[in-house]
Formats: sequence, C-alpha cells, structure tokens
Amino acid sequence: MAVQALDAARLPIHWQKLALPAALIAVAYGLIPAYASSYLVEAILLPFLALSLAAVGLNLLTGYCGQLSLGSSAFMAVGAFAAYNFNLRVEGLPLAATMILAGISAAGIGVVFGLPSLRLRGFYLAVSTLAAQFFVQWALTKFGWFSNDNPSGVISAPHLTVAGFSLDSASGRYLLSVTTVIGLTAVVWRLVNSATGRNFIAVRDNETAARVIGVPVLRTKLLAFAISSFIIGVAGVLWAFTYLRTVEPAGFNLDRSFQILFIIIIGGLASIRGAFLGAAFIVVFPLFLSRLGAFVFGGLFDSGVLDMSQRIVLGALIIIFLIAEPNGLSALFDRLRRRIGSRSS
Amino acid sequence: MIGASLGAAAYERAPEISGILAGAGSVEDTRPALLSAKADAILTLSGIGIAFGGVKALSDVGLEVKSGEIRAVIGPNGAGKSSLINIISGLYHADHGKIAIDGQSFSRVPASHLARLGVARTFQNLALFGGLSVRDNIASGRVHTRRASFVEHIARLPRARREDAAIAEKVDQTIAFLHLEAVADRLVATLPYGLQKRVELARALVAEPKILLLDEPMAGMTATEKAEMAGFVRAARDRHGVTIILIEHDIGVVMGLSDRVAVLDYGRKIADGAPAEVRADPAVIRAYIGTAEAEDGEGI
Repeated sequence: MAVQALDAARLPIHWQKLALPAALIAVAYGLIPAYASSYLVEAILLPFLALSLAAVGLNLLTGYCGQLSLGSSAFMAVGAFAAYNFNLRVEGLPLAATMILAGISAAGIGVVFGLPSLRLRGFYLAVSTLAAQFFVQWALTKFGWFSNDNPSGVISAPHLTVAGFSLDSASGRYLLSVTTVIGLTAVVWRLVNSATGRNFIAVRDNETAARVIGVPVLRTKLLAFAISSFIIGVAGVLWAFTYLRTVEPAGFNLDRSFQILFIIIIGGLASIRGAFLGAAFIVVFPLFLSRLGAFVFGGLFDSGVLDMSQRIVLGALIIIFLIAEPNGLSALFDRLRRRIGSRSS
Repeated sequence: MIGASLGAAAYERAPEISGILAGAGSVEDTRPALLSAKADAILTLSGIGIAFGGVKALSDVGLEVKSGEIRAVIGPNGAGKSSLINIISGLYHADHGKIAIDGQSFSRVPASHLARLGVARTFQNLALFGGLSVRDNIASGRVHTRRASFVEHIARLPRARREDAAIAEKVDQTIAFLHLEAVADRLVATLPYGLQKRVELARALVAEPKILLLDEPMAGMTATEKAEMAGFVRAARDRHGVTIILIEHDIGVVMGLSDRVAVLDYGRKIADGAPAEVRADPAVIRAYIGTAEAEDGEGI
C-alpha cells in the first residue's frame, strides 16, 4: 500500500516533459505571429516574455540554489543600460553580441553582490542584495555617461536588426524576444538537469552535507549568482528594447524586484514552468481585473482604484498561495493534469 | 510495509545478524583476518580538546583507528561523541590537538577537502537533499571526482558525459549493494525514515572512502531496520575494506558489530579496548549505571 502511494511521487518521465514545451514552441512561432493582434503582442506578450525570462533567472538562484535575492530589477537595469552603451559605443556590434555582453555585465555585477552570500543566508542575504538595488539605480542616475548624458537618464532602444532584417515592428520584436527566451530557457533546462544543477539543489537543501561530500559551495553559489544575473540582465535588455523602448533607471525599482520574486512564488519555486505560469498570471491579472472592474462598476473603476484593488487582491492571493499551495501554480497544474489523466484512464 | 524486495535482504542476513545481536561472545570469531594484515593506524587523534562557551565538550581525547577496523565510540548523551566526529570531518575546529588522516596531519581538517582525503560521513539527523531523487542523492556522493565545468554540462560535452556515465555505474553498484533498486527514482523526501538513513549510507559509500564516519546510523530505527543496517555496515567493511568509525547510543548493536570500542563520558575517554573488556570495565559501568541494562536490551 505504501509502495503504491509513493508511486505517484515518482518523477515524471522524460518525453512527457518535452511534449508540452514542443507544443508551446509551435504556437509561439506558428499561431501567434500569424493571428495575434498588435495589442496582444505589445501589451501582453512582450512584457510576459521579458518577465518570464527574468523569473527563470531568479528561479535558478532562489528556487534551485536557495539564495534569496531582491536585486533582480537592478540586474535587469544593468543589462538594459549595458546593452544600450555597447550598442552606442561599439560600431557595428551585432545585436546578439550586444545582448551577450549585456548579460555578461549583469553577471559581473551579480557576482559582486553575490559575495555576501558566502557569509549570509536567507533574509540577511536578501537585505544585502537590496544594496544592489539601491546602488545600481543611484549609479545610473548619478553618472550621465550611462545614459549618454540624457538629462533625465532616459535611454531609448536602438534600431534592432539581425543579419540585415529590421526587427523594429511589433512582430519583429516579438520574434526576437521569443527566440531569446526559448534559447535561454533551454540552456537553463539543461543546466538544472545536469550535475551543476544538482549541486545548486544540494547547496539549497543542505549546505553542510554538500560541503562535506565535496560540492564546492562557494563556487556553486557564485556561479548561481552569475548565471542568474546573466539571464536577468538579458531579460532587462528585452524589457527595455522590445517592450518599453524607452526606459529610465527609476523604472527598475524595488517594486520590479518584488514583482519578479512574486512571480516565482506564485508560479512555483524551482520550476521553470512555474516562472512562465507566474509571469502570465502577473501580466494578465491586472488586465483581467480592470476589465472586470469596468464591467461591474462602470465609470467608478478608474485607474487609481484599479491600482489599489490590484495590490490588495494580489497581496491576498500571495498569502493564499503561501498557505494553500506553497509549490505554486506549477504544482496546481500538475495536480489538475493528474486528475484529468486518472479520470480518462 | 516497506516492500517485499527490501525485506528479503533482512531475511537473507537474519542468522548472521541475530548472532551479532546476541552479544559480544561471537565477536572474536567473526573478526576478519584482514585486520591483522593491515594493522597500521589510518586515523589518529591526539590531545583533542574543544570548548563551547566555557563548556568543555572534549578534553584531551586521543583515539587511534586501525585500517579496516570497525571502531565504535559510545557514551551517554552529551559525552562529546558528535563533537568528536564533527572535528574529524572538519565541521568543528578543535581548540587543541592534532588529527592525522592517512598520514597527513592537521590541526584543522578542511571540510571542503574531506572527500578528497578519502573520508565520508553520515549525519545523526538526516542530511539528504530532499529535492533530489534517491539516485541523484547517491550520485552527489561522487561529486568530488567531477572535473567538467558547467559549460560542458550544459552542452553535454564528452568529458561531462563520461563523468556522468562513470558515476552512474558506481551509483548502480551501490544501489544494488544496499538493495535500493525499488526506490531509486523516487524523491528522497518521500521515503520512510529507515530508507532515508540507508540512502545516506549509500551516498557515503559511493565515494569509496578509506574512512567512513557514521554518526548514530541506527538512531530511531526499528529492531529489524537496525539489524539490516548493522549487516550493511559489516558488509561494507568486509567487501570494500573501508575503515569505519561508528558513533552509537545503542550498546547492544555496538558490542556485536565493532572490533574496538572507546567510551566517552563528560568529554573524556574513560575506556578503550575490545568490546568484552569495555563492557566489564568498572568506569564504563559507572558511567552507564542504571541505564546500561535497559539500553542493552531495548536499544534506546
């Protein structure tokens, strides 16, 4: 009896894991470019993709390696501003190289602010990553060089071209974004399913045991910070270049860091799928709420009320999630699928 | 409850194990010849002392462990047994004294190099990686043999694949040795306590250590599980020649299983010798007085 109960906890088989992503990729490249309206792309899909990628990056650090960070938004800012400057100052640098260099810049800053993790854990580490948040925003505002001496520190996206094709249209930016997200997600997927990914989990689950069996704990933590910040940095490039097109340092504030943290909590820690589900929820939820509010209350439901109600409902939802489903939407999704599966068989 | 295939292992060893549990009488003849052939000390502690905020957990403790023996360290609660094992594995740093592991002398053992020194350990309270499968937990025991970088892992380059294959083979052998086949692909957190203890032993054994430190490997187990575990510990020594240092509360198990026993009380070593000698030692009886008989019988 006990054996049967445990069977349900057996890890899912490989091909089942691959079927859904394959279907989603088909939709991403087939259906969406053909049928999606530009509103859907500009207002929903582009922020969704950038936030998903940032959440994948943070999940690697917090979900898999157990290092709590509140600096995500800072690493996005580093990515965005680095990409802007590389593009501006290096003649003829291909877009892909710009994005990689931006990611590497963010990784460098990430490692620096990850150093306290060698001594600090949990909330103490989270507080020390706040330093990244404040320092980066301050530096980008203080030194005009970063924004090419724009008086308000604003940067605008350059023309996006890959191999001579312009990607400035909505669908072009969508293709750039979706390709980047799929590529980096695949890399992260391979990583978490490799020995390195298992080292991350070992450090998260029991640091002492990990050290004793020979996991290089310090190097593993810094590697997690580096790769995570790289990905979040590239997400920052997508946020600035494909979604908003014009950003200022203040746009990458603490609220954004919390937003990304909420995405992985709602979506599910240590789950790549959770990052996407959480991001979808965070992006679609305010739109849904405003539609619902307008439908129920008509003109009374203005943007101020919307903003307030959004925060209240989101806060309540996070509390409900933490209590009822600590493993997030991803686990909920699994449970639903199992129930459907057991009913049909 | 746990499953027929796992239970079978216990039955197979039942006669041997009941012999062990019967007491110290049979120890003499089950001790292998291997011991006398390789009687050099593989681990030597001398003058070890450590204090926590004025409380002396250990003072001037010496311990010599010969290659291939099962060496038990027993003592009442708070005697300093776990401190001793934590000092050997480098998690605590002794205030005084030296530790010589396989010829290398340390005043502080570097915990991060422990695996490369040929030392593996288990923990009194389970220290498994709950988010990994049994197989991956065991595989992590060989992480010190890996050289491939994360880039090689992501790209699945030849060196990373070679290491994965080599480790998978060792893991399979260990899984077979400890009869964990039925649960190999489960998340370790979903297993019952006794099996988790066994997975932890597997993670230590897969590293093929020269010295294996077991911190209360049978704590909280049922009598059957204890007998099984004792069988595994003995088999690990007999088959692989690993030197075992065993910290235990349960005197009954220790007396039958170990070649030599050291007794700690209030941070000092009060006796050291063959199980029968130690059992008869007046100082040991005094340290355990009133509780010795109960622990012997029921294995508290």
